[in-house]
Amino acid sequence: MPMPEKLIFEYSHAGRGASDQWPRDPGPAALADLPAKLRRVRPPELPEVGELETVRHFTRLSQLNFSIDTHFYPLGSCTMKYNPKACNQYAMLPEFLARHPLAPETHGQGLLACLYELQEMLKEVTGMQSVALNPMAGAHGEFAGVAMIRAYHRARGDLKRNEIIVPEAAHGTNPATATMCGCAVREIPVDAQGDVELTALAAAVGPNTAGIMLTNPSTLGVFERHIGEVARIVHQAGGLLYYDGANLNAILGKVRPGDMGFDVIHMNLHKTFSTPHGGGGPGAGAVGVGARLAPFVPIPLVGKDGERYRWLTEADLPQSIGRLSAFMGNTGVLLRAYIYMRMLGREGMQRVGEYATLNANYLLARLQAAGFAAAYPQRRASHEFIVTLKRQARELNVTAMDFAKRLLDYGFHAPTTYFPLLVPECLLIEPTETESKDVLDAFVSAMSQIQKEAEQEPARVTSAPHTMPVRRLDDVRAARQLDLTWKPTAQS
Amino acid sequence: MSTVPADLKYTSSHEWLRTLPDGTVEVGITDHAQDALGDLVFVEVPEAGRAVKVGEPCAVVESVKAASDVYAPLAGEVIAGNPKLKDEPETINTDPYGEGWLMRLRPAPGALTGAAFMSAADYRKLLEAEGG
Amino acid sequence: MAFIPHTEADVAAMLAAIGAAGIENLFDEIPPDLRVKSLAGVPPELNEMEIGRLMTERARTDGAPLSFIGAGAYEHHIPAAVWAITTRGEFYSAYTPYQAEASQGTLQLIYEFQTMIARLTGMEVANASMYDGASATAEAALMAVRANRKSKSARILVPSTLHPHYRRVALTTAANQGLKFEDLPYCTAEGITPAASLARYDGQDITALVIQQPNFFGRLEDVDALTDWAHARGALVIAVVNPTALALLKPPGQWGSRGADIAVGEGQPLGVPLCSGGPYFGFMTTRMEHVRQMPGRIVGRTLDVAGHPGFTLTLQAREQHIRRAKATSNICTNQGLLVTAATIYMSLMGAQGLARTAAAAHARTRELVAGLTRVPGVHLAFSGSYFHEAVLQLDRPVAPVLKSLSNRGILGGLDLSGYFPELGNALLVCATETKTSADIDRYRACLSEVIQAARAA
Repeated sequence: MPMPEKLIFEYSHAGRGASDQWPRDPGPAALADLPAKLRRVRPPELPEVGELETVRHFTRLSQLNFSIDTHFYPLGSCTMKYNPKACNQYAMLPEFLARHPLAPETHGQGLLACLYELQEMLKEVTGMQSVALNPMAGAHGEFAGVAMIRAYHRARGDLKRNEIIVPEAAHGTNPATATMCGCAVREIPVDAQGDVELTALAAAVGPNTAGIMLTNPSTLGVFERHIGEVARIVHQAGGLLYYDGANLNAILGKVRPGDMGFDVIHMNLHKTFSTPHGGGGPGAGAVGVGARLAPFVPIPLVGKDGERYRWLTEADLPQSIGRLSAFMGNTGVLLRAYIYMRMLGREGMQRVGEYATLNANYLLARLQAAGFAAAYPQRRASHEFIVTLKRQARELNVTAMDFAKRLLDYGFHAPTTYFPLLVPECLLIEPTETESKDVLDAFVSAMSQIQKEAEQEPARVTSAPHTMPVRRLDDVRAARQLDLTWKPTAQS
Repeated sequence: MSTVPADLKYTSSHEWLRTLPDGTVEVGITDHAQDALGDLVFVEVPEAGRAVKVGEPCAVVESVKAASDVYAPLAGEVIAGNPKLKDEPETINTDPYGEGWLMRLRPAPGALTGAAFMSAADYRKLLEAEGG
Repeated sequence: MAFIPHTEADVAAMLAAIGAAGIENLFDEIPPDLRVKSLAGVPPELNEMEIGRLMTERARTDGAPLSFIGAGAYEHHIPAAVWAITTRGEFYSAYTPYQAEASQGTLQLIYEFQTMIARLTGMEVANASMYDGASATAEAALMAVRANRKSKSARILVPSTLHPHYRRVALTTAANQGLKFEDLPYCTAEGITPAASLARYDGQDITALVIQQPNFFGRLEDVDALTDWAHARGALVIAVVNPTALALLKPPGQWGSRGADIAVGEGQPLGVPLCSGGPYFGFMTTRMEHVRQMPGRIVGRTLDVAGHPGFTLTLQAREQHIRRAKATSNICTNQGLLVTAATIYMSLMGAQGLARTAAAAHARTRELVAGLTRVPGVHLAFSGSYFHEAVLQLDRPVAPVLKSLSNRGILGGLDLSGYFPELGNALLVCATETKTSADIDRYRACLSEVIQAARAA
């Protein structure tokens, strides 16, 4: 069992430091021209530690984490697939790392070629006409998408269209984004099969409809079978269709959002295109648009004049919604996505959707055979599916949270719990295509074991995890007694 | 089954109202609401002197899993927000109808005439329909 | 098959368990007319050796010119340990720390980061980071509107000396939520925001004032006077600062008599490579009284059920996944990997290393300015104090000069004539501790040649 690790500040000793990392002292005269009243009086209290201490501390911290490199991580809606080491190695070539964002295009044709080709490949797999790579996260891409929809209507003088329709099962970023764009949110129900309720949709659209935000497959893990009809209803009412690409992994290479009638899509490069999650980021939320929205894309994009690549900016796209990033977005992340897509190639792209779906359906079948209840048993799984533990909660007083914690003891990161909110006591499970059959079988085994424990020895499950550095942290206390920065005299 | 005191009035957004002898109205959230939210970690009450319109969000109750607006059930002026809730937000969990009151309002003229609040019986029916 | 481990036997066994005849049957719910026919626009697969060659060639094409560009992204020495540890699989391929027991490494690191950044900025509390400095500035404006209850106008005063891209991003992000950004003119002779340009807002309802220090030109603003002016008029102060400079300059928590209310900035200088603009990270700090209005993730320390200390995400009720339409922001990310690098960097460098870095960068910039202004036709635009970046004015258009320099492998700086035409032929130059005297002299010599050649022509 990993030992708790002290805070870096607790290793600090006055006078210690990795002094070989410091530049040579320019001497006190170097700062003579700085006005005294603008100078810092006391240095900031950063740790004074040596290099080995620092390396040990952060290495030990890393060992307290579960990660894809160490554990099966079936988090639904997160697409925790293997992050190929080649993507990191070649994205971190020294010339790429050293290049300043404002360096001239003449000293960036290699980089720009990669980004241009990435735009082209993303257009092809999504069926969209134009792709902007600069939004820095999925939610950022969503913002761009809704802002473009709004800009489109305003450009046509249609100023009343400020309502965004969102299915009640949608991820929280969707309504939050709509609000950030100054739009009102209108929620519509999904039916018992997990599809959007068409009659409710028809009643919800009208002259105030700016658009609808959909994920397909939906957050319930099933394909929106009436997508053609949904598109028709919304377009006829004058609204546009926004595709949340969180679940693109399910259909990559098999179906294209552009073909389904979507006007704008955001992609999560850190999900579908395997760039690293990094403990919370960086992501990259590239957006793709059809012809209607092409004039509004956020700048910059990469363009090509003959054989030369260059940046397209406000001068080229005067109706652009503007700039979302100080520079051109998360370039290093884009390079990793490029390398990944080139390694997959057209053959590999199709296999992603196929094997992600195969793995999900296999895992679903085996879990059902082991006695677990699927939320939508009559539907095919997409790349993910929902298991509900409401029976266990009712009969055994063991919840989805308890199962999730006990799975940690078995060496598996828990699936997503309690999302989507519609399904009680749910686990949203997404294995991804990079997991082998053995791993899936081992997961089923663990779940069956935990079920047995829940029946025979429930305390073992409800008081899990037993083998982690901490157990069931008190988040009420965390929110009531805010301890957000370390203070030397703080008592625990 | 949550408590629903018979002598109070209720709204469909899970607030209760108590008319005080001096004509002011005390407002809080119901036992059902506090139970659904879970342990409260933070409460924000409106400042005395603030004018509110009916349906205007004027307080926030926050737990670990949710943060909800509380809406003014009637138009009027805020006489006081409950000062106890700043340091002891959990009071709403332990005593939602007593010490856990959120605010006291002086109703605007005519605010109470024709106002449609639910009786305890009607509110209980609402809870049953919602499965609470 | 790249990254897919299945054998034919595996696939057969799996299909049998599902009860499907083939993988294609798993897609039978999808209308056939929607199925992709071909992906001809995507090139065929490459193996790792082949992609390695391609990327190496492309990197070589871009080369490694000698760069003197700053303008919001700064080249600093990054100790080898920073990225050796940051790219460990346990940090690199971990998810957001929602399952706290399985993420204590990431959570503790973020708590340490929050502590260091709060101390560096002299503020009380920090979040786990935003996308970059520009978006952090935009979010700070939105936060100021929420936090400043007494102000109803949503008017944000923005000096023209704020990084022009930051201004653009703030507009793109916040304009749809009813914020009004108003430009404060700067003094073209001094390159700073004079108190006079504030005077006409006396008596008006202003929600916040943005102050960048050093400003986009590298000039030092009178932050105390600006801060006190804002506070006297009920406006909040949003500081936009450079983290390396904070080792030597007065931190926002100590500006004026009360300190800034929100401090943000670009964290890239703290151990993050330039990498053509990203990924970087924005930092955001504030006073405890505003912590509930601050967007983004926050890590808190608490106890577990056995009384052991541990770390967890907290105040999540403000965030998108719970609050949905009423969230403080739609943000669902923190720049975890970059925060990891920055925390390791700050630990290795410490206050002394950071101060040395800032001092050396300032010394080099002074040396650069001295050298370049010896070339006839080049002079310093503003006479007042600057920090690690400065504006020069040339006697001829900047773009052709920069082009000639780049042909000689030198990136001379940023041409300001597009952004600030009133400054004429203006060039923003920067030298950090990574430049030697020899580098600077090479620039001076080349510039001299280029200008002489242009004169002769």
